[in-house]
Amino acid sequence: MKKLCCLFLTFLKIGAFTFGGGYAMIALLENEFITRRHWMNQEEFLDMAAIAESTPGPVAVNSATYLGYKLGGVSGAFVSTAAVCLPSFVIIYLISLFFDQFLTFTLVSKAFRGIQVCVIYLIFSAGIRMLKSLKRTVFNCVILIAVICSMVVCTVLSVNFSSIFYVLICGCVGIGGFLVQRILQRK
Amino acid sequence: MEKLLFLFLTFLEIGTVSFGGGYGMISLIREKVLQYGWLSESDFLNFIAVSESTPGPLAVNMATFIGSSQAGLAGAAAATLGVVLPSFVIILIIAALIRSFLKYSGIQAFLSGIRPCVVAMILATALTMAGSTLLGFSSLSEEITPDVHGIGLFACLLLLHGLSVKIWKKKPSPILMILISAGLGMLIY
Repeated sequence: MKKLCCLFLTFLKIGAFTFGGGYAMIALLENEFITRRHWMNQEEFLDMAAIAESTPGPVAVNSATYLGYKLGGVSGAFVSTAAVCLPSFVIIYLISLFFDQFLTFTLVSKAFRGIQVCVIYLIFSAGIRMLKSLKRTVFNCVILIAVICSMVVCTVLSVNFSSIFYVLICGCVGIGGFLVQRILQRK
Repeated sequence: MEKLLFLFLTFLEIGTVSFGGGYGMISLIREKVLQYGWLSESDFLNFIAVSESTPGPLAVNMATFIGSSQAGLAGAAAATLGVVLPSFVIILIIAALIRSFLKYSGIQAFLSGIRPCVVAMILATALTMAGSTLLGFSSLSEEITPDVHGIGLFACLLLLHGLSVKIWKKKPSPILMILISAGLGMLIY
């Protein structure tokens, strides 16, 4: 019970103070769980980070569920996940109540027109940061260019084609490439 | 009730197929939000800025905001539950049963296809957003109406980014850039 309480408070703190998304949070988690509390070792933690980043869903939620389960079973997972989401939920719910009224001030709406441009810059820079960390292989380049072209063309021609299909098709292409490689190696 | 179920299911879908965390989810969320008319493109951009400046994962913030604007507190709860549930179940299964989850070569192969795809989705989303916000161009049927102030502001931000990388050897913090562009926005529009 004491452990559950501790998990809840730890993840509540992490949920309330991590700006800038999942990757910033991983550093905070490492400090909390390895350096301060010695709840797990470095290797286990790296496993957790790899799994959290390669499964669907927000990295913060994935990490909370995984660490919660490892340290306190299913109830630990539940408590940690709820705690990591709670601050966001409360803050954003309160903002959503006043946001529209807030935007009716002329000066605020002007500020937000500037901010909209900034968000485009932020998304570009996130994309480019991820692009830099991608390995430069022919396979990656082909997928990258094909998906970008196809998405931009679909938008320009107003064709509806869900991103879900891109994810699934590219995953299958990955498996296909792997099988082809294996067959070639056997010969 | 029907609305709540719809919100729950839509965000369940987003939670199940969005890889890459944070910005990796943007293209999918944007698509749904525009398709169902929950937010306009500019509302969506406003909200990303709010989400960047408040703590917590983008997907959870987005679900709470849209849920609340569509169906109040219950909507916020339904959408947030929907977006979190797939993560929770998938991770629980992996943590409890599949110790060597990432060591299976099939899973590695699947992820190796998804990784470049997620990067491409983020870049393509940024391109189409830039097209519609800065050039006023989102499909062939529309004429190009460039937003000169916006383009100027975008150039300023790129310049600041370049300067920051050169002088302090690191990228400027997102919140700082949001504040700067808010100030510039008040001046130029």
